[in-house]
Order: sequence, then C-alpha cells, then structure tokens
Amino acid sequence: MNLLAIVFVAILANNIVLNQFLGICPYLGVSKRIETSLGMGMAVIFVMTISSIVTWIIDILLLQPFDLVYLRTIAFILVIAGLVQLVETVLKKTNPTLFRALGIYLPLITTNCTILGVALLNVQAGNNIIQTIVYAISVAVGFTLALLIMAGIRERLELATVSSYLRGAAVSLVTAGILSLAFMGFKGMMTL
Amino acid sequence: MSTLAQEFSKGILKENPTFRLILGMCPTLAVTASAINGFGMGISALVVLLCSNILVAALRNVIPDKVRIPAYILIIATFTTIVDMVLNAFAPDLHKALGIFIPLIVVNCIILGRAEAFARKNNVVRSIIDALGMGLGFTLSLTILGIIRELFGNGSIFGANVMGTAFEPMGVLATAPGAFITLGVMLGFVNFMFKRLRIE
Repeated sequence: MNLLAIVFVAILANNIVLNQFLGICPYLGVSKRIETSLGMGMAVIFVMTISSIVTWIIDILLLQPFDLVYLRTIAFILVIAGLVQLVETVLKKTNPTLFRALGIYLPLITTNCTILGVALLNVQAGNNIIQTIVYAISVAVGFTLALLIMAGIRERLELATVSSYLRGAAVSLVTAGILSLAFMGFKGMMTL
Repeated sequence: MSTLAQEFSKGILKENPTFRLILGMCPTLAVTASAINGFGMGISALVVLLCSNILVAALRNVIPDKVRIPAYILIIATFTTIVDMVLNAFAPDLHKALGIFIPLIVVNCIILGRAEAFARKNNVVRSIIDALGMGLGFTLSLTILGIIRELFGNGSIFGANVMGTAFEPMGVLATAPGAFITLGVMLGFVNFMFKRLRIE
C-alpha cells in the first residue's frame, strides 16, 4: 500500500469519526470548546501511535505464532488499558507540562473505541510496522481535524436559537451529519 | 427500592440508553443502515450485557474495589469473544455485516456503565432484570432506527420490499451522513414526545 494513499484516505476520504463512526462519544462529549478538543486530539494521537505499535508487536510475536488469534480482543483491550495507565505514570514523572495539558483526557482514552478499533483494523489488514505507524497517526490526525471543525461550529451554535427539543446532542448529530456529507466529497477521489 | 417491573421498564423508556442517556453511539450509527443489522447488533449487545451483569453481580463481594474496572473489562471481553465466535459460526452474513463493531462491544459504554452503576451494588436477580431492560431498550432503538433508514433509504423493511416499484429511495439515508441526521432528528422527536406525554 502506498503510504501517501493511507494518509489521504485515513484523514479525509474515510475519516474515522465521520465515515466509520468510531469515537463518537468523545466526539460529542469534548467538542464544546476548541482548547479542550485540541487537548483530546493530542492525547489520542499520542496514545494511538504507541498502542498500535505495541498491539502490532504482540500480535506478530505472540498471538499469531501460538495460534491464539481468537484472544485478540481480550489481549488488546488489556494491553491498551495497561498502556494508558503506564503512559500516565511515566508522563507524570518525566513531563509534567504535557501531563497537565492532556489532563483528564488521558484516562478517558481507554474507553475510546478508536484506539481498539485501529489496533484491530491494522492487524486485520495485515499491515507492516511502517504502515501501522503511518495509519495510526493519520487516523488520529483525522480524528483531531473532525473534532476541531466540530468545536468551531459548536462555539457558534451556542449563540444560535435552537428549538429546546433539539438542543444539545440532537443538533450536534445533525451538524455532524452535514459535516459528514461534506467529507463524502473526498470519497470519490481515492479509495484503498 | 424500586420494584422489578420498574427496574425492567426504565431501560426501555425513561433511561433508554440510546435516546435518553445517549450511550453506545458508535454501533448505533454504524450498523443501522438496515433493520436486520440493527436488530442483530442489539441482540449481541444484550447477550454480552446480560452475561456480564450476572457475573459482576455474582462476584460483587469477591472483586476488590481497586481493580474492579480491569476485572469488569476482562469479563466483558470474554463474553464479547464468545458472541463473536458464535455469530461467526451460526450467522456468518450478520458477522460480516457488523464487522469490527462486534469486538468493539468491549468498549460499549452501556455495558461497562451498567456493571459500574448497577450490577456491583445489586443482587443477581435485579441485575438480570436491569440487563434485560437496558438490552431490550438498546435493541428496540437500533431496530427502529434501522427500519426508518431502510424504509426510506432502500424502500424495504427487514429485506422485504414494501414501497412498490414507483418509490425512489433516498439513498443518502443509507450512507454515513444519513445515520447522523436520522439519529439527530429521532432524538429531537423523542425529547418532544417525552415532554408532551410528561414522562419523567
């Protein structure tokens, strides 16, 4: 697979949030302000890259040689949960500034289905280590992009008059739908 | 203490996971392009929720508080793997259609949420009732969304053509933007109905 194609498809043509419906909870939950969206996006880029590498190594060195592929889901979620904890502890000691910037978003990432989803998609597609890293970073950048656009729209939406029944999640979902429609335009350009 | 009947009905109406609590959005949006997929996803989640609620409730005095979240995730992951294998063996078409969203039942916040908020504080019988209510509420919501999107996006319900040949399907409802917009409009509609009927 061409690396440039992976980047383009993961960020624009097949955006993880707007086209594949992964990570909707943080997408609706933390897209109220641009600063918080940026924090969440950074945390996701960081953890997704590390977790994809680690789960890929575990899959190649442990699960596949010993015929344990059916344990993938269990193994991956445990690794990701442990890894998030580890990253949190290490960051707290070595880089308190970054740790404070990521704040509450770091532990929340364990239940972000993009992390587990990307780890599974990578090994299911049979990607090699370079493709895995590029794909993980691109997906996370795509997630951040979608989150930032949404936050920008929602900051304006706060000032608009919306029917009381539609306020909150309902109008955010309709907005996401229109955004998704816009991103569909990229689909015609390239597919994997 | 609420009665068992209240415990059961709250998951379907007052605390419906999809329309009231807005939990488990990823599978809700992803698999409801057709009614049968929505129904299959709902039942899969129901089975995992039921089994994990039973085990969490049964082990509520055994699991230490400090490691409860990893323990719950391990329990949920085990049942998810079982459901994954059963679907692969007996319903391969559905397994293929749901794809990555079957292993992702592990990170479905409804299931971990019920373990944390309900099953660890209640006995096995109440946890079973709670899981059935919540699971059926989730299944019902997904099936309704699936029926709406399939009916207008494809002119059929559960694969059977009902709109006749003159109907021009609104293709957008079967695609990704349609999922967001249908769910958003449905949420608004449910809010409206709840306010009108004064259910609260």
